[in-house]
Amino acid sequence: MNSTPSHSILSTKKLAVGYGKAEKETVVNAINLDLKAGSFVTMVGINGSGKSTLLRTLAGLQEPLEGEMYLEGKPLNTFDSETRSLKISVVLTGQLISKNLTVLELVSLGRQPYTNWLGKLTEEDKTEIQKAIIATELVSLKNKPCYALSDGQLQRALIARALAQNTEVILLDEPTTHLDLHHKASIFSLLKKIAKQQNKTILCTTHDIELVLSLCDEMIVLHQNTAIQNTPEALIEQGIFDNLFPGTNIYFDSQSRRFLIR
Amino acid sequence: MKTSRNHSLKFTLLGGGILILLLLNIALGSVYIPFSAIIKVIFGDDSIREAWTYIILDYRIPKALAAIMTGSGLAVAGLMMQTLFKNPLAGPFVLGISSGASLGVAFFFLGGSALGLTALLQVHGWGTIIAASIGSFAVLSIVIIVAARVRDAMALLIIGLMFGSLTSAVVSILAYFSPAEDLKRYMFWSFGSLGDISWSALGILSLCYFIGIALAFSITKNLNSLLLGDHYAQTLGVSLQRSRFIILISTSILAGSLTAFVGPIAFVGLAVPHLIRQWFTASNHWTLLPACILGGAVLMLFCDIISQLPGLPITLPVNAITSLIGAPIVIWLLIRKKKLLF
Repeated sequence: MNSTPSHSILSTKKLAVGYGKAEKETVVNAINLDLKAGSFVTMVGINGSGKSTLLRTLAGLQEPLEGEMYLEGKPLNTFDSETRSLKISVVLTGQLISKNLTVLELVSLGRQPYTNWLGKLTEEDKTEIQKAIIATELVSLKNKPCYALSDGQLQRALIARALAQNTEVILLDEPTTHLDLHHKASIFSLLKKIAKQQNKTILCTTHDIELVLSLCDEMIVLHQNTAIQNTPEALIEQGIFDNLFPGTNIYFDSQSRRFLIR
Repeated sequence: MKTSRNHSLKFTLLGGGILILLLLNIALGSVYIPFSAIIKVIFGDDSIREAWTYIILDYRIPKALAAIMTGSGLAVAGLMMQTLFKNPLAGPFVLGISSGASLGVAFFFLGGSALGLTALLQVHGWGTIIAASIGSFAVLSIVIIVAARVRDAMALLIIGLMFGSLTSAVVSILAYFSPAEDLKRYMFWSFGSLGDISWSALGILSLCYFIGIALAFSITKNLNSLLLGDHYAQTLGVSLQRSRFIILISTSILAGSLTAFVGPIAFVGLAVPHLIRQWFTASNHWTLLPACILGGAVLMLFCDIISQLPGLPITLPVNAITSLIGAPIVIWLLIRKKKLLF
């Protein structure tokens, strides 16, 4: 049980992300991040600030426009998709997944990088799948098809799938959208627990800033086309949240750590 | 495990179904031949009437084998497309792949004579196969390119429809300039027939069929990953480009060669994967793929028996029968489940 964040796992240097090949449209640039093993990091920013773009770039689903990314000190582009799948797993929103899959089948697919070409599960694979299902409290639901799950249950099943992939890094894109406060809180505490107990690096984008302030180790704030990484306390002290939202309707009250409406 | 025993029972049922329907398919036809005579002919007894021997060995058995390959090949092509496009309504016919094959054949039959290529390409029926495969490959490539740009499932289906009308438009233009004989040949082909297939043609067809099926099995693990969508599949180490390419090749070989020989066959590719998915309640392609092979064969043998109208001297186009059976099945599935899932 390693509870203190230690060595660097995923880092970026002068990274710029965005769209386009010939005509580049940079969304965020000069990103210098450093994610440590066993840390629970959240990424926040207003709609369109580039959270998902940055996350997809880190996951290797999108090419960076400039700069470098490192995984365990080695440039990320030296990993082919197969070796990368042993290091980084993702939980994405809005994907068209087959809802006919049962929870168990869905979680089992997380073992694909480890299985042979027949996709046959070994005893070790089955143990990992079982562990992931227990950690996400899905035991009673494991034979249910995904179309019969609630949003919160489906989200947990997708997290279990990433856990079964047993990677050092898990990247999650807004895993708490459409969930009520109770389920949001339970997903975040689950992620924190996973980071601490299994020493995994978890990066999660979210809009629930107030909720994660007290939970996460570090935050990445995307603001005015750049990224700032620090602990929540330091970010509050620096007044980063005061100008996070444009206009004067909302302000951040550092005393109560809440956004208030004027 | 309970499910695995359940699955092997269903596999046995399907296998038994094929055997029974295969025998029925050979036994029934326009000409009545006693069952005992059929068994004797199959086991090489030459004391049977020559006409009967000819009908059984050179007509009914190749036809039954063609039915098995057509049904299973189209079902596998449909299954792969539904997974690749994450669209329950995908299938060789719906997406215009069969239309593409028809277009290829139309160019070959109708346009070829104008260019004098027919004689060159018509060696042992390879000409039609190549024309149909190129046609289906071209359409499928376009569909894949479009699918990468538009995420909308409806758009894909509309593109399939457009290819259907495009084909008929080009065919009518070609028909206008073609001699009546070529036109007749094309029209008969387009009705679909399992009947006029010789043993040598069957050899070519089975070669294409086995290549297509082998490619499908080689990509089965990736098909399972693709159930989670392209992004998830990529983070599981799947090379999207390679998988898409193999699925593309396999589907065009299967749909192309089958369409070339038996004509455009509707609904088998769409309906069989759904029926199998519902009956087996499975998503794993290691179950679905073999089950679709067996299920497709069962359905096609059955449709062929009906199209023969046993005892009557006429034969209906098999394409009409598959539509008559397939379309209600799809409608029934839609109504029952409210929502089809891939």
